[in-house]
Amino acid sequence: MAQNSQQSAVTLEHPVLGAGQDYETITEAVSQIPLSKRTPFGWVLGFLIGLAGLGALQLAIGYLLLKGVYIWGNNVPVGWAFDIINFVWWIGIGHAGTLISAILLLFKQQWRMSISRFAEAMTIFAVACAALFPLLHTGRPWLAAYWLFPYPNTMGLWPQFRSPLIWDVFAVSTYATVSVIFWIVGLIPDLATMRDRATSKVKQGVFGILSLGWRGSARHWHRYEVASLILAGLSTPLVLSVHSVVSFDFAVSVIPGWHATIFPPYFVAGAIYSGFGMVLTLAIPIRSAYKLEHLITMRHIDNMAKVMLATGLIVAYGYGMEAFFGWYSANQYERFMLWNRMTGPYAWSYWLLIFINAGLIHVLWFKRVRHNLKIMFALSLIVNLAMWLERFVIIVTSLHRDFVVSSWDMYSPTRWDFMMFGGTMGLFLTLFFLFMRFVPMIAIFEVKTLLPEAKVHASHGHGAHGHGH
Amino acid sequence: MSAEQQLDLTAIREKLQGASGPQYWRSLEAVAETPEFLEFLHREFPANASEWNDPVGRRGFLKLMSASLALAGVSACTVQPDEFIVPYVRQPEEIIPGKPLFFATAMSLGGVATGLLVESHEGRPTKIEGNPDHPVNLGATDLYAQASILTLYDPDRSTTITELGQIRTWSAFIAAMRGALSAQIATRGAGLRILTETVNSPVLAAQIQDVLQRHPEAKWIQWEPTTRDNARAGARQAFGEYVEPVYDFTRADVVLSLDADFLAAENAFGVKYARAFASRRRLDAAPDRMNRLYVVEATPSVTGGRADHRLPMKASQVEALARAVAAKLGVPGASGAAVAGSEAFVDAVAADLAAHKGTSLVVAGEGQPAAVHALAHAMNDMLGNAGQTVSYLPTPEIVPSEQHAAMRQLVVDMEAGRVQSLLILGESNPVFTAPADWKFGEALQKVAWRAHSGLFHDETAEQCQWHVPATHYLETWSDARSIDGTVSIVQPLIQPMYGGKSCHEVAATLGERAERSGYDVVRDYYMAVMPAAMDATAGSSAAGFEKQWRRWLHDGFITGSAASPRTVALSPSWNSTPAAGAGTSGVEVVFKRDSSIYDGRFANNGWLQELPKPVTKLTWDTAALVAPGTADRLGVRNGDLVRLTVEGRTLEAPVWIDPGHAQDTFTIGLGYGRSRAGRVGSGVGVNGYALRGSASPWFAPAEVAKAGGSYTLVSTQDHWSIEGRNLVRSARLEEYKENPGFAHEMEHMKLSEGLTLYPKWEYSGYVWGMAIDLNTCTGCNACVVACQSENNIPVVGKDQVANGREMHWLRIDRYYAGDIDSPDTYYQPMPCQQCENAPCEVVCPVAATVHSAEGLNDMVYNRCVGTRYCSNNCPWKVRRFNFTLYQDWETPQFKMQRNPDVTVRSRGIMEKCTYCVQRINAARIQAKREDREIRDGDVVTACESACPSQAITFGNVADPNSRVARLKADQRNYAMLGELNTRPRTTYLAAVRNPNAALPTNPTVGGHHGESHDAASSESEH
Repeated sequence: MAQNSQQSAVTLEHPVLGAGQDYETITEAVSQIPLSKRTPFGWVLGFLIGLAGLGALQLAIGYLLLKGVYIWGNNVPVGWAFDIINFVWWIGIGHAGTLISAILLLFKQQWRMSISRFAEAMTIFAVACAALFPLLHTGRPWLAAYWLFPYPNTMGLWPQFRSPLIWDVFAVSTYATVSVIFWIVGLIPDLATMRDRATSKVKQGVFGILSLGWRGSARHWHRYEVASLILAGLSTPLVLSVHSVVSFDFAVSVIPGWHATIFPPYFVAGAIYSGFGMVLTLAIPIRSAYKLEHLITMRHIDNMAKVMLATGLIVAYGYGMEAFFGWYSANQYERFMLWNRMTGPYAWSYWLLIFINAGLIHVLWFKRVRHNLKIMFALSLIVNLAMWLERFVIIVTSLHRDFVVSSWDMYSPTRWDFMMFGGTMGLFLTLFFLFMRFVPMIAIFEVKTLLPEAKVHASHGHGAHGHGH
Repeated sequence: MSAEQQLDLTAIREKLQGASGPQYWRSLEAVAETPEFLEFLHREFPANASEWNDPVGRRGFLKLMSASLALAGVSACTVQPDEFIVPYVRQPEEIIPGKPLFFATAMSLGGVATGLLVESHEGRPTKIEGNPDHPVNLGATDLYAQASILTLYDPDRSTTITELGQIRTWSAFIAAMRGALSAQIATRGAGLRILTETVNSPVLAAQIQDVLQRHPEAKWIQWEPTTRDNARAGARQAFGEYVEPVYDFTRADVVLSLDADFLAAENAFGVKYARAFASRRRLDAAPDRMNRLYVVEATPSVTGGRADHRLPMKASQVEALARAVAAKLGVPGASGAAVAGSEAFVDAVAADLAAHKGTSLVVAGEGQPAAVHALAHAMNDMLGNAGQTVSYLPTPEIVPSEQHAAMRQLVVDMEAGRVQSLLILGESNPVFTAPADWKFGEALQKVAWRAHSGLFHDETAEQCQWHVPATHYLETWSDARSIDGTVSIVQPLIQPMYGGKSCHEVAATLGERAERSGYDVVRDYYMAVMPAAMDATAGSSAAGFEKQWRRWLHDGFITGSAASPRTVALSPSWNSTPAAGAGTSGVEVVFKRDSSIYDGRFANNGWLQELPKPVTKLTWDTAALVAPGTADRLGVRNGDLVRLTVEGRTLEAPVWIDPGHAQDTFTIGLGYGRSRAGRVGSGVGVNGYALRGSASPWFAPAEVAKAGGSYTLVSTQDHWSIEGRNLVRSARLEEYKENPGFAHEMEHMKLSEGLTLYPKWEYSGYVWGMAIDLNTCTGCNACVVACQSENNIPVVGKDQVANGREMHWLRIDRYYAGDIDSPDTYYQPMPCQQCENAPCEVVCPVAATVHSAEGLNDMVYNRCVGTRYCSNNCPWKVRRFNFTLYQDWETPQFKMQRNPDVTVRSRGIMEKCTYCVQRINAARIQAKREDREIRDGDVVTACESACPSQAITFGNVADPNSRVARLKADQRNYAMLGELNTRPRTTYLAAVRNPNAALPTNPTVGGHHGESHDAASSESEH
C-alpha cells in the first residue's frame, strides 16, 4: 500500500497525518473510542436526538401504513414530492463514501485513508434512509416490497424492464450490497485489533466473531489486498452508475424539466458534491470531539473542499446548460418550464439554489475559507440544503405545471412529510452514533501505512501491519 | 327510561306557557331539553354535519354508522326473509345472472319529464341511460338524471312515517288525514291546502282535481323555487293564454338569447335544445349551415360559452336591450334606445335577425320579466318565426299557473289563520326555498295540521307534525309529461328501499278510497282514459288495454301523446307593461339555480356536490360570482367575504372572480346552506334563498360591502388562460372555409413515423378510438356524472379536491381567450387519451398499465402498487390516484348502486378512463354469440351515451365506415400534444366560431399568435 512516490504528500504544509505519531498512538487514539467504558455525554445527547428522530420515523411510517399516502401533500399533478426528493437526496449523499473508498483508492490518494471508514459508514446509512422512500412512497408498499423484483411467480409475470424504477431497484440494491461488503471487508483487520485490545469477555467475543479469525498473516494480508482491489473495482462504476440510473427516473419521462439528456453527469456531480458536504458535516465535529485532529487534518478538510468546489462548479454548469437548452430548444413547453422555475410560485427555491450552488460556492476558491472550520461546517450544511432544493426544483416545479394548463396545481407538504424526512435523519443519526461508539471509525491499519516506519518496510510489498501492539 | 323518569311536567308546562311566538316541538323531551334529548339531537345527523366537510371524519363516521345502516335501510331488498324460501329452480324469464336488463321509465324535474332507460342488475338499478326512442331527449340525459341513481340509495333518505318525531304506521297517517279532512267538510274544504311541485303527472293532477271537486273551497298550490312564472306571464301577455314556446334550433340560422341559458342542464329543456343546437354546429357536411348565436346575459353560462358574440350586461338592462332590438327590427309598438355601450351590438343583431326572417329565433330567459318574454314573442312574430323555428304548445304542467302569486296567497291565508290543514308533497321544500320576506316557516306554524311527504326529512318536514317518506321515482308507479306533451309511464325498478309512499298513494288518502297502491291509481286512470290514449288497433277490451299498457311500459312513453302546436295570435296588448327603464344603476344580485345541485334538492348527492360547475369549476360550494373589474374596485380576491344586502336582508358570501361576468353584479347559486339536507349537503355553502325576496326573485338591486375575512373556495381548475398553447384550436368560419385543415397547421412540428425506438403496435382486430367535437360540446357535465356512475368513481370531499385529488376519470377543461371582461370560453372534455406510444406504460415498474391487443391502455388494478410514476409521466394528467380508501366500502346501500362490471378500487392504486372496457367486452360477447363482428354503435361509452349534443363519438377506427373513423378523417380533427408522438386515440375536432364581421371578436386560440393576445392570463390560485 505505502508508496514512495507519495512521499511528497507528507512534506506539504498540511500533512495528511499530524506530527509525532507512531503505531501505538494511532491505534490508541482510534481504538480507545469503542473500547472505552466511559460513554461521553455528548454522545449520549446526540444518540438521544437520533433516537427521538427514529421514534418520529416509526410514527410517520406507522400512520402512513394505516392511512396511505393521503397523509402527505402529494397530489395530481405532483405525484412525487418529498418522498422522491428525499430519496434522491440521501442516495446522492451516499456517493461520497464510495468515491472516497473506491475511486480514490484506485487513484492511490493517501488522504482518503483517515476518512474512508466513516465516509463508507455514512454511505451505508444514507442508502438505508434512501431505500425507505421508494418503498414507502408507493400506494401499496406490502406488494411493492417484492413485486418489483424479478422472481419466478405463479402469476407468470415479470416486472416491466423498460421502467426506470426497475433499473433503480437493481442499481440501488447492487449499490447497497457492494457498499456493505466493501465496508465489512475493510473492517476486518481493525476488528481484529479491537478483539486483541478488548478487556471484557463480551467485547472479545463479539469482535472475535466479527473479525472472522483474522490473524494478520501475510496470506491474510494478501487475500485482503486482492479483495479490496476487486471491491474497489466493482464500486467504481457504481459511483457513476447509481446516480445516473436515478437520474433516468426523470430523464426517461416526457415531462419538461425532467426530459433532459444532461441529467446523468449532472446528477453524479451533484451527488458527490452533496456527499462531500455531508462528510464535512460529520468530520468537523467528530475530529474535535474525539481529538482526532492529528488523523483528520486540515489537509483533509482542504481536499474535500476542493472536491466540493470542482463538483459544485460542474453542477452550476449543469444549471446553465439546462437554461440554455430550455431556450435553445425553441420548445414552448421547455421555455415555459424554465420561465416558471425562474418566475413562478416556486421561484424562491430556484434562486436560493442558484445563489448557493452557483454563487456562494465560489468562496471555496479561498484558502482562508477552506481552513476556517466554522465556515466550512456552515457551508457543508448550506450545500446540502441547496442540493435538497435542487431536487425540489426538478421534481415539484416541473410537475406542478406541465403540458395541460387545466391540471396545473400547487404542492404544499404536510407535517407528515416533514416528520418522515426528519425521521430518516433520526435513523441516520442513530446508526451513525452507534457506529461511532462501537466500531473504530478510522481505518487504523491504513492510516498507519502513512507513518515513516511503514515506508522502511515498503520492499516487503505490503503496508505495515501494526495491529496488536 | 331514566330520561322519562326525570321529566318534570310542571317545568315543561311553564316552559310552554312562557314561550312566545311560533314554536314547534317534537316531544316532551324536546321541551324539557333534557341532556338525553340534547344528546339525541346531537346524534342525529345535522349535528354531525360539520364532520362531513372533513372527509377523514366523514369516512370514520360512515364506518361507525354502517352497522346501524345495515340494519335500518335495506332489509326489504337484501336480507332474506325468515320464512323458508326457495331459490330459482327455473330461472325467471329474461333474467340471466350477470346480464343487466333495461327498463324504460321517466324522471321529472322542474315539471318536465326525461325519458330514461335504467340498467338493472339482478333487481338493482345501477345506471341511468336516456331512452333513445323517446321523442324529446332521444337517448341523451342531463346530469341530474345521471346522478339521481345515487339519491335512490342515499342512506340519509327518511325511512319512517313520523308524527312529531314518533314513529307511526301508515294507517295512523291515513286516520289522521281522514280526521283532518272530515274537519273540512263543513267549510267545503276552505281550510285545506295542497302544496306540490309543478305537477306534470296527469294522474296526480287528476287525483288532486278530484279532491278539489269534493272540497271546492280547498286550494292547490304548485311551487317550484325557480318558477317559470315569467315565461307563463309573458306568454299570456303576448297571446292571452298560457303556452310553452318550443324552439326548433335545427332551423334557426341566427339566435338571440336574452339571458336565456337554453343549453344548460338546469334548464328543463337543455337536453333537447343542446342536441338541436349542435346539429347546426357540426361542420362535416355543410359549413354554411352553421348558425350564429348572440347571447346577452349577466352571468357567464353554458349557453354564453357557445355564443359567437356575448354581451355581458346587468340582468336589469336586458329588457332595455330587447326593446332596442325590437325597435330596430320595427316591431310595431316597440320603442327604446340601446343601453350605452351596446349600440353596435344592437345594430348588428337587429340587422342579422332581419336578414334571416323565418330562420331566426329570439329566446327570453326565465329570469327575465314577463315584458322581455312578450318582446321575444313579438319579435319572433314579426320575423315570421312562429311555426318555423318556434311553435307554441300547451304547457307540460297539467295546470299552468303563476306560482308566485299562488304561493303568496297561501302565505297570506296561513298568516290569517284561514288554513287548518296543509299537505306538502314533493321536493320543493318551501320552508327553505320560499322568498325570505314571506317568512314561510313562521306562517306555517299557524296551520294546525301539517303533513309533508318527501324523500328527506328536510327543513320543511322539520316544521310539519307528520312526515311520510316518499318514494324515489325509481321506486314509483307514476306518469309524467315531457316538454312536447308526450306522456311516459313511470315504472319502478325496485321495491321502495325505505318503505316510502308515492305521491299518488299519499294523494289517495285525500280521496274516496284512502288506501290504494300507486300501481292501481295509475293503471285505473289509464284504464278510464284508455279509448283516448290508445291506438285504434288495440280494441277496447281489457286484453287490449293490457297489450297497450305493456307497449307503453316497454317503449317508455305513450305513442302519439305529444301535444299538437297551438295557433296563437299576438295580442294587441302584448306591450302592455311599461318599460322598466335602463336598469339598476348600482349593484345588482342575480339568483340562479345552481348548475350542480339544482334548487337545493340534490344537496345530499355527493356526485353533484363534487361536480365542478361548468363555468367556474367550483365544487362543494356556491359563491358570489363577480366580474374581475368589480372585484378590483371592491378590493376583493377569490374567497374574500362580501356582505350583500337586499331589502334589508343580508348575506355574507365568498366571492369568486368570473371572467365575462357583468360589472357590478353578483350571482349567487341557490340551494346551498341547507341545514337538513343530510350528511353530505348540510352546512355546505351559503344560503342564497336567505337573500332572495318575493319582489324580485331573479335579480335585485343590492348593496355590497367587504365583510372582512375569507373562506376557502375550491375549484378544480385554477388557471384561466390556455397560455398560448395549442391544446384547443379554433378558427373563424371564414378561416375554416378557406382552410379546413387549420388545426393541422397549428401543430408545433411534423413528426415521422419512425421516431420511436419501440416497434409499432400491430392490430389485427378492432382499434378503438374516440373523437370529441369541441364545436358542439357545451360543457354541461352530463358525461362527467355518467362516467362517475358507470365506473364506480368515489367522491373524495372538499379538502381532497382542494389538494388536487379529485377522482373524475373524465373532466371538462375550460379555457378563456381574449378580453378578460368578455372572453370566449372553450370547453374540452378530457378522458384518457389511450396513446399508442403511451408514456404511462413504459414507466410502470410492475406492468400494471399495459397495451391491449385493441390499443387500449389497460389498467390492471390488482397489479398496481401505486408508484404514481404513470401519472407524473402523463402529459394530460388524466390518471387518478386513490391516496387513501376513498371508496365507501361499508355503506350497504352504496354497494347495491355499484356497477358489478367494474372493479371497485381500493387504497393506493391508480385508476383512469378505460373507454368503458366493460361495455366493449359486453358487446364482444354479444357479437360472438351471434357470430358476427361488433358493429359500429354496438359499443357506446357512458360519456357518449349521456352527451346531449353528441359531441363524443366512440368506435372502431380500423373500420373506415365507422362514425369515429369518418370524424377522424375530418379536416378539423387533431391530436392534442401531437408533437410528443404519443399518438393519442382520443382526438379532437377543432372549434369554429361564426362571428359577425360587424362586431369585434376575441382572437382564436391554438395558433402561435395566440400568446401575445392572451389577456386573461392571470391566476386564481388561492
